[in-house]
Amino acid sequence: MTVTDNMATSDASIAAGNGVLGQRMLRKEDPALLTGEAIFTNDMKVPGALHLAVLRSPHAHARIASVDVSGALAIDGVHSAYSGADLADAWAGPMPCAWPVTDDMKNPTHFPLAVGKAAYVGDGVACVLATSDAIAHDALEAIDVEYEPLPAVIDLEAALSDDVIIHDDLGTNVSYTWPLLIEENEGDCQKAIDESAFVVTERYIQQRLIPMAMEPRAVVAMPQPFGGDMTLYSATQVPHILKVMTALTLGIPEHQMRVVCPAVGGGFGSKLNVYAEELLCVHLARTLGTPVRWNEDRSENAQATIHGRGQIQDIELAADENGKITGLRVRLIGDMGAYLQLVTPGVPLLGAFLYGGVYEIPKAFDFSCTSVFTTMTPTDAYRGAGRPEATYAIEHAMDALARKMDIDPLELRRRNFIPKDAFPYEAFTGLVYDSGDHDNAATVAEGLLDYGAMRARQAEQNVEGSTKRLGIGVSTYFEMCGLAPSRVLASLNYSAGGWESATVRVLPTSKIQVVTGTAPHGQGHETAWSMIAADKFGVDPADVDVLHSDTAIAPLGLDTYGSRSLPVGGVAIGMACDKVLDKARKIAAHQMEANEEDLGFAGGMFSVSGSPDKEMPLAAIAFEAFTAHNLPDGLEPNLEAQVTYDPPNFSWPFGTHMCAVEVDTETGQVDVLQYVAVDDCGNKVNPLIVDGQVHGGVIQGLAQALYEEARFDDDGNLLSSSLAEYLVPAASDVPPITLGESVTPSPTNALGVKGVGEAGTIGAAPCVMNAVVDALAGLGVPDVQMPASPLNVWNAIQQANKETSQ
Amino acid sequence: MIPAQFDYVRAESAEEAISLVGQHGDESKFIAGGHSLLPLMKLRLAQPSVLIDIGRLTDLSYIREEGDQIAIGALTRHMDVENSTLLTEHAPLLAHAAGHVGDPQVRHRGTIGGSIAHADPASDLPATTLAMGATYVAQGPNGRREIPAADFYKSFLESDLAADEMLVEIRVPKMTGAGWSFQKFNRRAQDWAIVGVAAWRSNGSSGVGLVNMGSVPILASSVSAALSGGASVSDAAEQATAESDPQSDLNASVEYRKHLAKVLTRRALEQASE
Ligand SMILES: Cc1cc2nc3c(=O)[nH]c(=O)nc-3n(C[C@H](O)[C@H](O)[C@H](O)COP(=O)(O)OP(=O)(O)OC[C@H]3O[C@@H](n4cnc5c(N)ncnc54)[C@H](O)[C@@H]3O)c2cc1C
Repeated sequence: MTVTDNMATSDASIAAGNGVLGQRMLRKEDPALLTGEAIFTNDMKVPGALHLAVLRSPHAHARIASVDVSGALAIDGVHSAYSGADLADAWAGPMPCAWPVTDDMKNPTHFPLAVGKAAYVGDGVACVLATSDAIAHDALEAIDVEYEPLPAVIDLEAALSDDVIIHDDLGTNVSYTWPLLIEENEGDCQKAIDESAFVVTERYIQQRLIPMAMEPRAVVAMPQPFGGDMTLYSATQVPHILKVMTALTLGIPEHQMRVVCPAVGGGFGSKLNVYAEELLCVHLARTLGTPVRWNEDRSENAQATIHGRGQIQDIELAADENGKITGLRVRLIGDMGAYLQLVTPGVPLLGAFLYGGVYEIPKAFDFSCTSVFTTMTPTDAYRGAGRPEATYAIEHAMDALARKMDIDPLELRRRNFIPKDAFPYEAFTGLVYDSGDHDNAATVAEGLLDYGAMRARQAEQNVEGSTKRLGIGVSTYFEMCGLAPSRVLASLNYSAGGWESATVRVLPTSKIQVVTGTAPHGQGHETAWSMIAADKFGVDPADVDVLHSDTAIAPLGLDTYGSRSLPVGGVAIGMACDKVLDKARKIAAHQMEANEEDLGFAGGMFSVSGSPDKEMPLAAIAFEAFTAHNLPDGLEPNLEAQVTYDPPNFSWPFGTHMCAVEVDTETGQVDVLQYVAVDDCGNKVNPLIVDGQVHGGVIQGLAQALYEEARFDDDGNLLSSSLAEYLVPAASDVPPITLGESVTPSPTNALGVKGVGEAGTIGAAPCVMNAVVDALAGLGVPDVQMPASPLNVWNAIQQANKETSQ
Repeated sequence: MIPAQFDYVRAESAEEAISLVGQHGDESKFIAGGHSLLPLMKLRLAQPSVLIDIGRLTDLSYIREEGDQIAIGALTRHMDVENSTLLTEHAPLLAHAAGHVGDPQVRHRGTIGGSIAHADPASDLPATTLAMGATYVAQGPNGRREIPAADFYKSFLESDLAADEMLVEIRVPKMTGAGWSFQKFNRRAQDWAIVGVAAWRSNGSSGVGLVNMGSVPILASSVSAALSGGASVSDAAEQATAESDPQSDLNASVEYRKHLAKVLTRRALEQASE
């Protein structure tokens, strides 16, 4: 069997075009990726390109007194060098932030190279162009910058105090406060907290995370020889947004900008942005008339590509004597970092609607988020973006409530689940959850973990003096995916829509082209989208080509993030296929002299009911449409249709995760013994890809729970700036993961799909942390700071020992 | 992640390597597996002007029996140490510890000589060979000399080797049948130890080496002394930090490191006593 001979579970019906959807088909993308044939941005051979290197501030907060680039210019091979001030006139506008969440949001002016002040370690202050990357890096050492260091601002509450102001002209470090108060009658939330039988008051810290995509960022800006057109190749997940934003920020007519993404090695949100280096390369290439390229170092990636999470969450959860939730108050402090990047301020808002989890919550909800600037790398969307934080808070608080009530945490959840027959369900927020079956997802997970037996084992194992304590973790979640209905985005002040575009054409030889506005960077859209079209047309997925990630080929699109590509982009493809088939049907009816209503279409063949000898394959229709020799009157030649789909609602994937951990109380080491994930993402186009997304997501969530943390010292230096200190788990650190099945189709789109890109991450961090605390609660440990590193776990145990001995 | 410029020379013999270092002086460095040196160079924390490549001196890659010792050539890769049947029989502690260095890629490139010459207190093999009472053989312009492991480690990343000396051989005593244990405590399988303990026990004698418990690899002689004096394993383990002076870092406070050293020493001695 060859690599391309790729039906993992082969099914004879596939070639006939029936039942392609739902097959575990190996990915079309993989042979090129696995053999190293795929071309990433930095693999491009660009003769004559100048290499950009960026000099970064070693201070978290400093006035830039002077920048002298003359030393760099003296080095052989250096073409030019610039300070921020040298380029101050190059920009038509500052770096873009597309989400002004409130009318009075403070947004510091931010340019690709800092002018006057550097606001985090890694902030670009000067740059060099040279004939090689090595020379450019050598030259950075010859640039002389005089800094006047100022105090760093690392702590979020210290930032709020405004003792040290980072952006002088703003006069405060607070960017905005965004409230969401939902009450039937004024004071309902406070009343619930005052009068309910049980209230838990908790503070959680969402540590900063570094996305660490396998491929760091890379850019090549290529001016076209004539006419002023510019092509920007970038390792981005948002070519369409990037095209508009570079045009606006650099004052380039939009039709002269083209953005292409070669193979892109992961993003997790970190490539959902418009970055300084993209603007620098385009600007310099344009003014110099020569290609300019830049490739990010790993430690540069850790410092100067956005970080994720970074929140302090205060949550008060009230429940009646049976554990039914009666009210919920949440106060957030969001860490924006030094500047607002593309959607930085919107991230906490995306979570605001999910603090109610999968539960029936009355209108007694009081949420508010205050976001502050700090002298650290800007934060922005990172896998789940606001939603994992929210899920963590409610799910961790549910466990605290269960402990307080002394009942089983799964039982407490069951008492609060929105019942299956209540869907579609209008939640307290006014949002409508499309479909769900939480009890089933929980029951499947319960069976896979053998929950009851595991609890029995726990009772036996966690006896006095035991140094290996067992903990069981449960988490459930609802995720707001399929970003997004454009009108809802408008209500949140987001500057763009949430539609997606698809064009489908059947070529004269009956091969099919699908043009999508999504921008895959590891998700397998080429495979999944070709399966959707193959299913519609009754052809082999190998006969469908998916074109994407080049704004000249796919000019319309809103790219890939927020688990949107399938429930928005994939649905658009299905609709475009239907439109093409409608036209094909007209031609078939005309050719076979039959009524359209009498035509059947199956396995790529039109047939006439009642006349078994009359049939015409799609291939013949495609050729007729191309020659246009004999088409119905008034029908345009060719088989092509374009659809722009704006989803009527978010999609709402959900699930239950469970795990068992063993904590070594002598060392603080946490060992995940077993992990069970039941993620319901509606119908699955390709279950193999779904499994991969869940595996990766679970590991990323587990990484937040146990391993990863972007740590800064008091001076604002990033201490975890390499993969030796920033602990991304490797294959050998990952526990066995068992996936359970639950399929509840979404009623809001024709494919019944919900999206799965972020699900695993959302479920995993609370699940693992709940298990860790469950293991240690018997020792008097109330909570453990994430990540539950051996040190943090050991410290928590020592603290509890101290308190019990007092 | 681009090193500063340097020149590169490949040595064809130990003698040539030593004379090249003599010629190029202080600014030159041997490169063996490159797995400690190159990361430092990429971060520009080391900027040697000349690299003298000793990586292809295959005549210094061997593991052989010499009387009551096993002699290991300095250029022997961790993988070969890990898989050596001779070591598995006579010094399984060393073979096992070598199997815990980094990941398979690191073990295929990194050498035992590079690991010891680098003198990193956080590395596994310096503390392990120290616990075993190894002897290191250095060769300089005036011939060879033997250095007991206990005299070799001077300060952080500094050894007794002179600039123009090359480590050519590591000799460990045969410990056939001795009880042993290697406890490496880390967060991810491929990481350096937060704390590590290498221990052996045989006929009333013992040796305990500590990884990452000070600026040099630590020989926990107080533990051995306590055991010789008849102390129980858990009482002896309480002495584990007597010689150490650990630092705090992202993974451990000083207090936690000391606590870990005691727990791991106890576990190591229990295993070595089985
Ligand atoms: C990702 C990664 C993970 C790692 N994890 C671990 C780990 O868990 N545990 C661990 O112990 N180590 C670990 N290491 C380090 C690894 O073991 C190195 O291979 C070893 O420390 C150095 O050996 P080398 O041959 O690569 O030396 P090099 O890097 O080539 O040299 C290191 C230093 O020693 C000098 N030198 C080398 N050979 C000689 C010689 N014969 N005589 C005199 N001087 C010499 C060099 O000049 C240089 O200063 C890791 C390395 C990496 C990259």
